[in-house]
Amino acid sequence: MTRRLFARCLLLLMAAFAAPAVHAAAAALAPDALVRNVSDEVLKIVRSDKAIQFGDTRKVLALVDEKVLPHFDFRRMTMLAVGKDWRSATPEQQNRMTTAFRTLLVRTYSNALTKYHDQTINLKPLRANPGDKQVSVKTEITQPGAQPVSIDYSLEKTDQGWKVFDVIVMGVSLVTTYRGNFSDEIQNNGIAGLIASIEAKNKSLEAAQGGK
Amino acid sequence: MYGKSFSLAFSFLMLTVLLAGCANTQPQDPFEHYNRKMFVVNEKLDKAVAKPVAKVYVKVMPTPVRGWIGNFFGNLGEPWTSVNNLLQGKPRDALNDAMRFVFNSTLGIAGLLDIASAAGMPKHDEDFGQTLAVWGFQDGPFVMLPFLGPSTLRDTLASPFDWAFDDLWRSALDAATRNILIGARFVNGRARFLGIDRTLDEATLDKYRYSRDFYLQQRRFKIYDGNLPQQYENYDNPDDASDGSLDASQAEPVAAQPENAQPESTQPESTQPENAQPENAQLENTETETGE
Repeated sequence: MTRRLFARCLLLLMAAFAAPAVHAAAAALAPDALVRNVSDEVLKIVRSDKAIQFGDTRKVLALVDEKVLPHFDFRRMTMLAVGKDWRSATPEQQNRMTTAFRTLLVRTYSNALTKYHDQTINLKPLRANPGDKQVSVKTEITQPGAQPVSIDYSLEKTDQGWKVFDVIVMGVSLVTTYRGNFSDEIQNNGIAGLIASIEAKNKSLEAAQGGK
Repeated sequence: MYGKSFSLAFSFLMLTVLLAGCANTQPQDPFEHYNRKMFVVNEKLDKAVAKPVAKVYVKVMPTPVRGWIGNFFGNLGEPWTSVNNLLQGKPRDALNDAMRFVFNSTLGIAGLLDIASAAGMPKHDEDFGQTLAVWGFQDGPFVMLPFLGPSTLRDTLASPFDWAFDDLWRSALDAATRNILIGARFVNGRARFLGIDRTLDEATLDKYRYSRDFYLQQRRFKIYDGNLPQQYENYDNPDDASDGSLDASQAEPVAAQPENAQPESTQPESTQPENAQPENAQLENTETETGE
């Protein structure tokens, strides 16, 4: 049916967001260890927290904020979602886009976390050279009775350790899939229009989800 | 049922292909106007019928049972997957799929259990559309089929072959059993994606557009069996200036990037140069066209 394909992928995206997180002390960790630790830690919390399982938005957001977000590079993600128009945006617009897109992603996918408790994450062996500054950590999520789904994290080495800048679920980039959407918007209403649209979307999401 | 709705969909599609074709900015979506309308119709149908039924199904059926049902139908598709792998020049994968079918049909109790996966024989996802792609046929325009959802022209033309195989096992059954099975497969499939609809609604500015791009990207991934190189631009780094600074210029997007890199935010950017892999890499499988 219409939803089947991307639905399957989205299912995994949710799990994807369950993954990256870790303590500040882990900044120097290897990328695969980072993904492993963060996923384990977050899933452990989700599994043991009834409030989260029942969809407590505020609690989920707090968890994601603390454990997951520090390991994402949202500026890079936003840039990739926007595409080449990024270059024609002012620094101030770039920052606003980043903030708005970050909020959108977090709001959307954090909630999905609440539906995840019985899957396991397997890391595939990391194929990278010691000097690499960009790596892909490949994982596979298995759930009882369903086909395993691949989730790959693209990480980049920064001064603050490895940062995730893309999540690819069953071959679909969570980030670059926005590009068509965003470039339409920019074409029609300019960069200011895109910012306004994302911010409006965030507002309506916030209203719908509430702080609960 | 599938057959009928398919031929209906097909004639409708061909009609649209003939009638439409107006100017459009999206190279792969010349029928966007029609597609969007069909998308809305499909969504409504889903909301009215498929989704509520799936919800009840989930309430009634325990998780392991749903797993068995999923395995059962997955197993029935195994021979066709195997044939397609063979047609795509992957005899090893084809053998894997055939063995999966044998093991799961017997030791796995008519396919209810997927013991082959546990034994290290992974499940593949192939269909005739992917085979045609490996043979060099392009996607063609994106089409939103009535009831059936997103597709491309190539995959739509290929699907009668998939349906034909599907008919093989069904032809042995009486009408009632067959309809129950078809219904069960559909409901079981839909049930797996409950709760996700909301995420999709929330995530996008333009649901149709996002769904389409998502579909096309995933399709490509499947055709390449997952060996798809990802390419990332870094618009903050016009060239590989390795000082971790940002390009804060407001030059024309197309113009050559000036080098007035200007440290800006608190978030230092990495200095990774662009990945040089071409976006439209050729299929990596070199043994294509090992005919039938």
